[in-house]
Amino acid sequence: MDKAALASALGSPGTFGQSQFAFMRGNAFEAKVKADGGKELLRLLGIDDPAGALVPDLAAAGPEGRAARTALALREATAAGAWTLLDHPLLALDVAGSPAYVEPDAVVVGPDGRWTVVEIKSFPMIDASADSSKVGAAARQAAVYVLALERVAAVTDAAQVAPGILLVCPKDFSNLPTASVVDVRKQLSVTRRQLARLTRVEDIAAALPEGVTFDLEACSADELTAAVESVPHAYAPDCLAACELAFHCRDRARQAGAVQTLGRSVRGELGGLTTVGGVLAAARGEAGDPADPAVAALRRAAALRAEALAGTAGVPEAGVCR
Amino acid sequence: MTSDSAVSGRPLSDPGAEAARATAGILHDTLHGSARGVVVDSPPGAGKSTLVVHAALELAAAGRPLMIVAQTNAQVDDLVLRLAGKEPELPVGRLHSNDSDPYDKALDDLDNVRKSARAGDLAGLDVVISTAAKWAHVQGVEPWQHAIVDEAYQMRSDALLAVAGLFERALFVGDPGQLDPFTTVGSEQWAGLSYDPSGSAVSTLLAHNPDLPQHRLPVSWRLPASAAPLVSEAFYPYTPFRSGTVADDRRLAFGVPSDGSGPDRVLDEAAESGWGLLELPARHTPRTDPEAVRAVALVVRRLLDRGGAAVSEQSAEPVPLTVDRIAVGTAHRDQAAAVRAALTELGVAGVTVDTANRLQGREYDVTVVLHPLSGRPDATAFHLETGRLCVLASRHRHACIVVCREGVSDLLDEHPSTEPVQLGVTVKFPDGWEANHAVLAHLAEHRVRWEPGTA
Amino acid sequence: MSLIATLARLEAVESGRAQPLATVRHRRLTERPMVFVPLTTAGEAGAPLGALVGTDREEPRLLVVAQPRDRDLRSAFLAELADVLLPYVDGFGDDVELVERKETDAETGKKVTVEVELCADAAQLIVPSRAGAEFVRLLGRSMRFRRTAEQDPDTPYPAPPRVPLLGRWLTHYGERARVPGSSLLLAATDLLNRHWATGQSSLEDQHLGALLAWIDPPDGESGAQAALRAELGRDREGMLLRPPAGPATDPVFDNRRLAPAMERYDRARQLLAAAEDGESADERLGELHRAEREIRRLVADQMRPTWDAVWRALDLVRTLPEGSRVEDRWTRDRWSFTAHRDRVRAGEPPQPRRDDAVTAAQKLAARETAQAQLEAQEALDDPLVLAGRRLSGEAFVSEVIDVEMAWSESKRPSPRPLLTVRTEDHPHLGGRSAKVYRSLDGKPQTAQFVRYEEDGTLVLRVTDRMGRGKDPAEGSVPVKGDRIAWTLFEHDQRGGPKLPDPEETPWTHGGPPAGFAGGTPGSHVAEMPDLVTPEDLL
Repeated sequence: MDKAALASALGSPGTFGQSQFAFMRGNAFEAKVKADGGKELLRLLGIDDPAGALVPDLAAAGPEGRAARTALALREATAAGAWTLLDHPLLALDVAGSPAYVEPDAVVVGPDGRWTVVEIKSFPMIDASADSSKVGAAARQAAVYVLALERVAAVTDAAQVAPGILLVCPKDFSNLPTASVVDVRKQLSVTRRQLARLTRVEDIAAALPEGVTFDLEACSADELTAAVESVPHAYAPDCLAACELAFHCRDRARQAGAVQTLGRSVRGELGGLTTVGGVLAAARGEAGDPADPAVAALRRAAALRAEALAGTAGVPEAGVCR
Repeated sequence: MTSDSAVSGRPLSDPGAEAARATAGILHDTLHGSARGVVVDSPPGAGKSTLVVHAALELAAAGRPLMIVAQTNAQVDDLVLRLAGKEPELPVGRLHSNDSDPYDKALDDLDNVRKSARAGDLAGLDVVISTAAKWAHVQGVEPWQHAIVDEAYQMRSDALLAVAGLFERALFVGDPGQLDPFTTVGSEQWAGLSYDPSGSAVSTLLAHNPDLPQHRLPVSWRLPASAAPLVSEAFYPYTPFRSGTVADDRRLAFGVPSDGSGPDRVLDEAAESGWGLLELPARHTPRTDPEAVRAVALVVRRLLDRGGAAVSEQSAEPVPLTVDRIAVGTAHRDQAAAVRAALTELGVAGVTVDTANRLQGREYDVTVVLHPLSGRPDATAFHLETGRLCVLASRHRHACIVVCREGVSDLLDEHPSTEPVQLGVTVKFPDGWEANHAVLAHLAEHRVRWEPGTA
Repeated sequence: MSLIATLARLEAVESGRAQPLATVRHRRLTERPMVFVPLTTAGEAGAPLGALVGTDREEPRLLVVAQPRDRDLRSAFLAELADVLLPYVDGFGDDVELVERKETDAETGKKVTVEVELCADAAQLIVPSRAGAEFVRLLGRSMRFRRTAEQDPDTPYPAPPRVPLLGRWLTHYGERARVPGSSLLLAATDLLNRHWATGQSSLEDQHLGALLAWIDPPDGESGAQAALRAELGRDREGMLLRPPAGPATDPVFDNRRLAPAMERYDRARQLLAAAEDGESADERLGELHRAEREIRRLVADQMRPTWDAVWRALDLVRTLPEGSRVEDRWTRDRWSFTAHRDRVRAGEPPQPRRDDAVTAAQKLAARETAQAQLEAQEALDDPLVLAGRRLSGEAFVSEVIDVEMAWSESKRPSPRPLLTVRTEDHPHLGGRSAKVYRSLDGKPQTAQFVRYEEDGTLVLRVTDRMGRGKDPAEGSVPVKGDRIAWTLFEHDQRGGPKLPDPEETPWTHGGPPAGFAGGTPGSHVAEMPDLVTPEDLL
């Protein structure tokens, strides 16, 4: 589904898209890293004076064909016992009962049968450190690749998947590549459990009311809004950076007066109170059970805040006021 | 999960012999090795304090002046008392701060313990003990030949930097699974540096001295056979340990039969299996959820009322479960305060109620835990911190009862782990999100659903 | 977020306007701050696209890099930036006061009093957002290791001397901004967010336009509506009405406006290079200038709303009176400024790429001290901040209902009066002998918690600041009827322990860093410049 188009049709387009400058630089950097039979890449893997790797052709028809071709190339490379660079291999993974295909930037097969996922990113590593949220996102992404590779490795002789992935980035302010091995064991265990817990896609579809459709051509904005409303969702401000529909959801959440529009953490001290009106009424003593600790704390907070702002009973500074 | 999965299928040897071998190796490296440092990882209840006392006495006996660095005054006083208990003749110095009431008054009864706020006054004593914070201010003294650094994983790298000039070589002992040290200000710029000042002292030490001998105490004498595999697998996946006892060694029984209420049923489940989950109906609540707090207090009340008695390898006769053998653990201080108030209301006095931070290193027969995520609408990094759950789930010798609202696994699913990753930082520990799921999955097998107000 | 701040946000939602989080201003705003609004090129680290910079809101200096991938143009930008910033910074270097300070004499080891210079004021840099402050760090890092032709005649792309010098200053400002409560380098969004709560989340509060919309909405419009327009409003051609506060640009602007303009510029340059006679060269030069002017106009238009917004933010924050302890923190900033001035003047090399173990530990300790100090000072300066500490049980306001004189049991008895006080607050006075503090003429006075009386009142024993005599000094003991705010936290912070000198770094932390190994103490080995590639164009 094209969520950006859906968001536009709902009247809440977000600010997504990529600058062509960033796009061009990203592509050029990846090409540079993989040039010359991956010599640079092998050097980053710690091979002195690499002669270059085998680069098998992975082209095939359709995702299934490409995934099968990748699996075959992995087996051949492992059997060959020579450095092999798989450029944009395609791997299959079972997600909620449906096959999903994922495409790492590269996988390197070593002579010892070790498979290493390579992620090439265009954010810089400056003095051997990089933006931790970007590295975190890369690690979670790579963990999915490692998981998909493990499936193939399980049926390949003498193959093992390295738990450390090679993250390649521009060094400092140059376009020279540098790399760091990122241990993704944590992300792997999380991904495994998430996949195991994911509701099956059919179950989500089955839970929808009958006749719900997201057909952009055929539906009016109102019909689309109703359709989107019928899917369970929980807006939080973090969504804004991640989802094209977030502005639409935010709009809805604000109309409903949901307190989490102010941030997930806001709810921590509010207990069962979930709306702006409800919290303020409780704070002003117009509603709520005073025995509820959340209500009691709110009333104290409101009284202290009012006292400080009124400045009359307040104390000009933590000292004496006669 | 079986009890031997934690030792990767090796046949179970005698745990006492296994632990003794580990201790002998540690003492050998400490007394006769050439490395400047020896590191010992100790899982919960594996005899860390015993090891520290043992090593201190051996070093003193070998005529090597020794300083001991602990992290809190309570730990320091506890070590002084243990040393004096083992070897009343040993001259021990307790270096203390200039604050009022700086040490446990019980130390005043010990003839061979000298107390002073100045290191110079304690020169020449066989063993001098203080906190890292106090040691950091000691200057102009001859360095000690030897040091023991206790709770080294809870010590910050910068604290070690401040005291490392005081000793030639050291034995570092600690539990890698407990709460990590932290700072309240930004320190991201040093993440990945071997000497990140906000990191743990052991990480820095090992990054710069990778060849130091590292040992592990392989047997938990505290955790029963029902708990060691879970704690080992969830919190120590890369350094497993086992229980020193088998299922029949530890038994919990009640003189008064169950009245069929939720608290009584969960007590029976915990007595039977070592774990109990008292699950209240799903609801978003403030931290001091009155129902959950009261449920915790009720469980403790019933535990005492029903005349609980514990049988263990430590005594032939059943030992009554008295208030000093029970603890309640919470994530926040206000929760602890609320539980204390609820206990007072029910006429219970003397049961320890504290946060995970303060329960570190302590041991009880039965613990009752208010789950850190119970009733929460959100799961923050604080509540997901692996060490917090690990501390709460590993204080007991017999059974652990967790009180929690339904819906925590859904809450976890809504808050997938999106931890930032710093380049160059060694992964030492499982993910908090994953560990929480693992523990919940296990607890679910020992669940008693209860709606307060009903039977 | 404290419950009081949460309430303020909820009230903002309800009223459609931001609500106060402070009753005084908690940061210093100097008379003549330097505002710096930078833009950067997407996908490139440290390739500036343009900037508006200056101390006069009516006349910003416009700097634009017409083709950011051109090293010479980038270099010219940095040199021009240095031309604006360095004279401003230098302007504070010579106006000094002489201050006495205790120092340890290097030879005798004794404490001696020395007279040192302290700059009377310091340069202040204001950027739009946190990302802007991060960009200041990045610029500082990319500039300070540049070599000048004088340092190294063979260096491939020599920089004018003022470029690495500016790099060192920006690095210093970037580091100082990490010290809690510092005001040398401030982000406009942080300034506003410290003093007002909006009806949106702290994530959305990072958007300067939306934030201002909540605090200062146009007439007849709610903060929420105005903020939405600031975030998402686009003109008919799809351009944002309020371009991002940078340094990142709007991708739509990049793709639809900037990229075509740069293409025209590149083409004009190629044509000019290929011109075969003077006449066509003149014509083509004109074309190049037109293309360049167009890029300058586009980039300026993207930055101008942000420039105005930053000044508007300063106006708003200036309406609050300065907290009385802000001066104390600003003095620390002046010490920091003066110390860096001294290092530059002494010819010390640029700050290393990464801190050594001792420096890192010292910085962390200094920041932790500053954090505790900031929290205490803000609470003492501002009843609204104090309210938060009262709510969390870390402070309480009480009325004195009885004073009973008492004395210590020593040879020379000192006054130890007992106060009975009543409070509606719920302080966490755990354990016996908890200490509480109040501010007496700006200095903390300590009292010890003695007991709760049966009627809920508290008994406190005052233990200091009552003079040397047997009878307390005039005005040093509270009297019946006084309303006093007590805090459970200390008002001043003790510094941490002394750490070893870097050349004494212990074995646990890797021993002395390379710069010291075998060398003369204090002589850091200067770091190498960054590698540059022959082609910057990817």
